[in-house]
Amino acid sequence: MAEDLTKRFGEFVAVDKVRFTVHEGEVFGFLGPNGAGKTTTMKMIQCVSPMTAGTLTVFGMAVSSHQREIKRLLGVAPQETNLDPDFTVRENLLVYSRYFDMPRTTAERIIDELLDFVQLRSKRDTVIEHLSSGMKRRLILARALINSPRLLILDEPTIGLDPQARHLIWDKIKSLQSQGITIVLTTHYLEEAARLCDRLVIMDTGRILVEGRPDELVRAYIGSEVVEAANEPEVIACLARNGASYEVFGDRVQIYTTNPREITYTLLKECKLGQLTARSATLEDVFLKLTGRKLRE
Amino acid sequence: MRTYFKVPAFSKRAWKVWLRNRDVFMKTYKVNFILPFLEPLLYLFALGFGLGRYIEVIEGMTYARFIAPALIAVAIMNSAFFECTYGSYVRMYYQKTFDAIIATPLSIEDVITGELLWGATRSLIHATIMLPVLAAFGLIELPSSLLIIPLSFLAGFLFACIGMCFTAITPNINSLSYPTYLFITPMFLFSGTFFPLTLLPKPIQYAALATLPLTHVVGITRALTLAAPSGFLLVSFAWILIVSLILFVLAVNLMKNRLIV
Ligand SMILES: Nc1ncnc2c1ncn2[C@@H]1O[C@H](COP(=O)(O)OP(=O)(O)OP(=O)(O)O)[C@@H](O)[C@H]1O
Ligand SMILES: [Mg+2]
Repeated sequence: MAEDLTKRFGEFVAVDKVRFTVHEGEVFGFLGPNGAGKTTTMKMIQCVSPMTAGTLTVFGMAVSSHQREIKRLLGVAPQETNLDPDFTVRENLLVYSRYFDMPRTTAERIIDELLDFVQLRSKRDTVIEHLSSGMKRRLILARALINSPRLLILDEPTIGLDPQARHLIWDKIKSLQSQGITIVLTTHYLEEAARLCDRLVIMDTGRILVEGRPDELVRAYIGSEVVEAANEPEVIACLARNGASYEVFGDRVQIYTTNPREITYTLLKECKLGQLTARSATLEDVFLKLTGRKLRE
Repeated sequence: MRTYFKVPAFSKRAWKVWLRNRDVFMKTYKVNFILPFLEPLLYLFALGFGLGRYIEVIEGMTYARFIAPALIAVAIMNSAFFECTYGSYVRMYYQKTFDAIIATPLSIEDVITGELLWGATRSLIHATIMLPVLAAFGLIELPSSLLIIPLSFLAGFLFACIGMCFTAITPNINSLSYPTYLFITPMFLFSGTFFPLTLLPKPIQYAALATLPLTHVVGITRALTLAAPSGFLLVSFAWILIVSLILFVLAVNLMKNRLIV
């Protein structure tokens, strides 16, 4: 749906000619370190931040000309909590339903269903201030669903949540997908992306580095297994001699392979080293390989 | 490519924003209705019956009668101005309410228009509550004073737009005290409120009429509470109407420039 999509803030290029297509019914992920341009891309899809160049269409409608029509079909859970602190849980949803021209009785019925769905029924008359951050994220999800959206945009839906709350949100996302809703989400949690996304892109400094299915990306970029060894000159020399695919991270070397036995055997025999660990390759390895280990500002 | 005077494409959805603010207001309606009730009493006792003892007659009337319409005009000014400066700024910046609303079919133009209409409504509520208090003291003429009710909405809208322009350009909430002290306070004192404008030197009178919206509002409310119309009312009315329209367009554009990046 996006082609050469670009966003500049003054001179600064936040999103640089990205191109992606989200298919109906899938969960599509945007992965990337802080400042990669994920939120900026979400805001352009939501029609709240105008693009600088390129084309972006949502359900065949251009974001520059059909804002109201597009926004009617979207549900948005922003990264930054913006629930209305002047209202209670239920009032938040009720006031929000009005923005979508929903009749009051329909809205009340849907709100009750949604509060059950995100397990907040007992908190319906609580003011926002008194909710935990997990409850707030759930309420934001419920709010995003109030207009029965066709496309749901979740910007870091599980940020700062405990494992229980995260699993609950994951379950909800899965069940929404099974209801046929298309979901676009951003995340830093690689496990989350691997679990939820049918397809994803990894972004860094405004560009898309790769696109694909999580398991395919792992296989293509890493192999199936990772062997870790201590970072010592002999090991590096030995690996180079054997033409292995490896990367140095601080005091560790990671060797990417589809055949850990063989590598381990070679290392032990030829390189005379002690400690080795082997594990399955994950999306995290792809992520770190592509975006580097340097901390982002 | 910043624009300042593009005609805003707002829609009737602006009322949804108005409704949101009304709902919040009604949550604490007791306080919200009692304060505007007490405030004129305070001024009347201090100025009208205190200071007023030393001023036997002013322009042929008691001092309390002279300042009663000014109190209404000042209330109209303050209600809308503070609603659309501090109130709107908190909703925009701290509560991110505007961000939440523009993710729905409402546009930023709808949001700002709704905020401005709500600011005007605050003025209307405040003025309407003051009327019976002042009438009880016999300080205003009826029924002409009832026309203050629609006037308070129009004049309130003007002050809402003025406030919103400042909100759109203020770097932070503390800086909102500049327009308050440098614009609102002088206006409070020098708009024919507590002494007649005619006491000032001619050039200053003209400058006040040209630049201080409150002079026109006081002029109209005083004509209405005294039931003494004059031709100049039409000039004042036209001034308020035209400046409101210009500042409405400017306020929406400034806010759009600030929020849509
Ligand atoms: N309103 C703005 N004005 C100027 N620069 C901005 C603005 N919003 C974002 N940026 C810049 O654009 C870049 C991308 O930001 P964005 O919020 O899209 O990153 P992100 O991928 O969502 O990061 P995070 O994971 O931290 O949420 C950042 O360098 C940021 O500083
Ligand atoms: Mg972000």
